[in-house]
Amino acid sequence: MLLKIENLNVHYGGIHALKGINLNVEKNKIITLIGANGAGKSSTLRAISGLVKSSGGSIIYKGEDITTVKTTEKVKKGITLVPEGRRVFANLTVYENLLLGAYLRNDKKEIESDIEYVYSLFPRLKERVWQHAGTLSGGEQQMLAIGRALMARPELIMMDEPSLGLAPLVVKDVFNIIQEIHKQGMTILLIEQNANAALNIADYGYVLETGKIVLEGPGKELAENEEVKKAYLGS
Amino acid sequence: MTIDAFLQHLANGISLGSLYALIAIGYTMVYGILRLINFAHGEIFMLSTYVALYGVALFTLPWQLAFLLAILITGLMGVLIEKAAYSPLRESPKMSVLISAIGISFFLQNLGLVIFTGRPKTFPRPDFFAKMYDFGGIKIMSLTFVIPIVAAIFLGILVFLVNKTKMGMAMRAVSKDFETARLMGIDVDKVISYTFFIGSALAAVGGIMWGMKFPRIDPLLGLLPGLKCFIAAVVGGIGSITGAVIGGFFLGLGEIMLVAFFPEFSGYRDAFAFVLLIIILLVKPTGIIGEKMTEKV
Repeated sequence: MLLKIENLNVHYGGIHALKGINLNVEKNKIITLIGANGAGKSSTLRAISGLVKSSGGSIIYKGEDITTVKTTEKVKKGITLVPEGRRVFANLTVYENLLLGAYLRNDKKEIESDIEYVYSLFPRLKERVWQHAGTLSGGEQQMLAIGRALMARPELIMMDEPSLGLAPLVVKDVFNIIQEIHKQGMTILLIEQNANAALNIADYGYVLETGKIVLEGPGKELAENEEVKKAYLGS
Repeated sequence: MTIDAFLQHLANGISLGSLYALIAIGYTMVYGILRLINFAHGEIFMLSTYVALYGVALFTLPWQLAFLLAILITGLMGVLIEKAAYSPLRESPKMSVLISAIGISFFLQNLGLVIFTGRPKTFPRPDFFAKMYDFGGIKIMSLTFVIPIVAAIFLGILVFLVNKTKMGMAMRAVSKDFETARLMGIDVDKVISYTFFIGSALAAVGGIMWGMKFPRIDPLLGLLPGLKCFIAAVVGGIGSITGAVIGGFFLGLGEIMLVAFFPEFSGYRDAFAFVLLIIILLVKPTGIIGEKMTEKV
């Protein structure tokens, strides 16, 4: 097991956002978390990457308890997060954004070849290397955000709603890319509002409701589940 | 006014503007990263003059070494102030940090009064800076030329650091988005320390040259230049380094020219900066080249 979460709790002031969730992420799998707004999906990823402090429970990564480890250290250990809303550095060029993804690495040559690899995944980025990231379209920014996360050479890549606010055609591209990097051996923990698309590519899925996991199972099975269909798939 | 006199004022204005620019950069860099107006920056500037003075006068170091040490020590003091007064308040409301900055400012002024006493001291002016040059009747001290040159050199180094180094890239990233910077593996606290070091070191460069230009120093020295350079940063567009430089020169030249062209207003010399601030806030609150700042979430 690459990542094992046990009884994770998160509080924001008086709000109990995560009420003891258990979650397993197996190596080389796509795992998805679905649920409505405010169900605690983002909080889960933010707690795993250390951006918010958990108020209970444990996060075990490769057999090591990393619950209280700092974000920087987690990146070093191979956990990276593509944040919600893309959050590219608008005042930096596309190239600089990619370099920042490799901030903790010092192998210049390898970094350059990884940048070439990112360009091969996203040819559009190559055309815009010297542009400020703020001038990119939403879809391009999402690609840059994913490319930037890949630059850290992570083992686990977490994505917070990568399809949010994108045109349907671009959403399709993004899901293709997710499958593409998965094929190359990446483990992916994916959050989506677009439950249908997410469950279709996921090996395993969890359904979150007001801070609790209410349902789990293989992606295809969840997609067929009547309750899930009613609540999230709109049929 | 004769052309000679005008050129003399111009030289003075440029040299004063360079000093303002060096000090204003500290405000703008800290604001860019922490959205904090570091009111203690004027006191950092003041301390640098005393460190340099003691280096030369008390420890009788050669001035080159004393000045260099003063720049480094002042830079470290800036880092220390951040660690002691701002860093513990990272998660607190902005207002608390601002009040802490004002507190540190008063603390350092009064600490200065206790340690250095209120009696002004004479800042040393090495011969190298005190040579007089005669240009067909107008006399200009070598310091007047040295100041803009030194300022230009340090500005060049700064531009290189910010735009071409990995730490500079991290600084620009942190100034936009703390959280995402952390996700890249950037140690945000370290970047903040670097920022304070650079800003304070530049204030020391300005302080030392200020001391040679106006050789009477006292513990309240930082007050007015500090406020003026804060204004320069706002006028140029706070958060932007280019803006701070433009604002600094604008203010320095404006002050000197005001007195040159309207000698009857010379008593209002210090008011110029504040009038300028009011005008800029009315006309273009983001400053000359300022961009709209979006609140960081």
